[in-house]
Amino acid sequence: MLKLENLEVCYGSIKALHGISLEVKTGEIVALIGANGAGKSTTLRTISGLLKPSNKDSKIVFKEKYIYGTGEGSRKYESMLPHKIVEMGLSHVPEGRRVFPEMSVYENLLMGAHSRKGKPGQADFDRVFHHFPRLKERIKQMAGTLSGGEQQMLAMGRALMAHPDLLLLDEPSMGLAPMLVEEIFHIIEDINAAGTTILLVEQNAHLALEISNRAYVLETGEIVLEGRAQDLAQNEDIRKAYLGE
Amino acid sequence: MAMKKLLNNWFAQALLFLLALGLTAYVSQVINDVLPPYVLIIGLFIGINLIMALGLNLITGVTGQLSLGHAAFMSIGAYSSAIATVNYHLPFLLGVLIGGLVAGLFGLIIGFPTLRLTGDYLAIATLGFAEIVRVQFTNMKITNGAIGFLGIQGSTTFPIVMTIVVLTIFAMVWLENSRNGRAMLAIREDEVASSAVGINTTLYKIQAFAIGAFCAGVGGALFAHTTTFIQPTDFGFLKSVDILSIVVLGGLGSIPGTIIGAIVLTAAPEALRSLSNYRMMVYGLLLIVIMIFRPYGLLGGVNLRQVVRRALMWPKKKQSGGRA
Repeated sequence: MLKLENLEVCYGSIKALHGISLEVKTGEIVALIGANGAGKSTTLRTISGLLKPSNKDSKIVFKEKYIYGTGEGSRKYESMLPHKIVEMGLSHVPEGRRVFPEMSVYENLLMGAHSRKGKPGQADFDRVFHHFPRLKERIKQMAGTLSGGEQQMLAMGRALMAHPDLLLLDEPSMGLAPMLVEEIFHIIEDINAAGTTILLVEQNAHLALEISNRAYVLETGEIVLEGRAQDLAQNEDIRKAYLGE
Repeated sequence: MAMKKLLNNWFAQALLFLLALGLTAYVSQVINDVLPPYVLIIGLFIGINLIMALGLNLITGVTGQLSLGHAAFMSIGAYSSAIATVNYHLPFLLGVLIGGLVAGLFGLIIGFPTLRLTGDYLAIATLGFAEIVRVQFTNMKITNGAIGFLGIQGSTTFPIVMTIVVLTIFAMVWLENSRNGRAMLAIREDEVASSAVGINTTLYKIQAFAIGAFCAGVGGALFAHTTTFIQPTDFGFLKSVDILSIVVLGGLGSIPGTIIGAIVLTAAPEALRSLSNYRMMVYGLLLIVIMIFRPYGLLGGVNLRQVVRRALMWPKKKQSGGRA
């Protein structure tokens, strides 16, 4: 579904990604794990168009269409804007949730459906409430007054309103109580089971490897390991570096 | 509930709109015949400032883009409408429309390059644009340069201004509750998140800028046809700040706030006239005191629909919402 080739991204003169390549297949949960500053969020932000690669031979292909770069035999160089990418069915839940604080839960969800033509129907809301019943109770509340966990749910619900085929999740566990983290991760599995492919960025490698099919390990802007999640969870180096054993 | 349903019905809305428009035209005509000219002219300026402030409220209050160049759009509207009515003998109202459209067009043109900037940088860019426009008008032949544009007819009347005010308020309320308006609000709340949910942020920022500039242009056109004489110094940096103060003092993003702000800030210098030399000092003090006691503006966070609904349902139940 999603393919990255030789992705390089710079912040000014500092190179954050040194040409990474990865692939997400339809129906999978793929985890991207790594320490602080490894370039995990940068990767997601580049996929969703918020950042642009710094080399012209980077390629981002989503559903066989180029989001960024030039296709084989094609001369057209593509560099899509974020809203076009959302329209194609790729939604990004940014790091730190970033709900619209002075809008109600309802309005936040409404904004999530902005990329789709026409007003969202009850079915769209029901789909979100099916995964996040708590949002239904809070429908009229201002998003800024929600707890951290509820804001995370709202951010994910908002992204689901766009009916994405691929969901990018950036640190969904950040700053949440362990109980809530469990709950959020169960919901991620449910969303995936309902047919949405997921690319997950996590610092909590243990949990991420538990729910994902495959994983990539990112270190200072390079992919150092990749494989099936179960295998990586058994890997000695991984256990030492990320699982605290 | 019945009232709420009624307000959501487009037919009822259209009816309400026409009713309000007709009523305004009639009442302002009556007022026009009764009140002394001095009071009327203050009312006129309140109306003109309000139209321009509503435009800036859309840019700065709703979309969150700080603009310090609103007077430039005002001057573009003033000069182009004056040229239309004086040099080309077009009817007054057509001139006002032309003033608005030309200013809106400039808003569009200026919006493309400058709206890539954010916050302070955007403010500086708009400030620079305003200066360029002012210097340009000072050196153009058709505007009669620094001497000023003379011989404009004083066609602006109190009923016309009030009707346009009501028109603008309705347009703004409608816009705020539309898909586009919500997108603009989302951009103010969080630009990155807006992009991430698929809002074309550049498009909506430029839209807000162009509509805001249009309002400023209309205000400028009405201004030119009130004073009958305009010169580039009428539209300096201070004018931009005046309009911005109305928006900030009334409450960023709040339409009723902007209305109150326009009334208070336009009438205050007149009401304080008896203080002669101390007038502007007291005026400044007033601004400071208001901002200390109402840091979000007089009506910060209040939107017009809530006010109307609350007023209609008042005896039954109190509605929560908005910022405390």
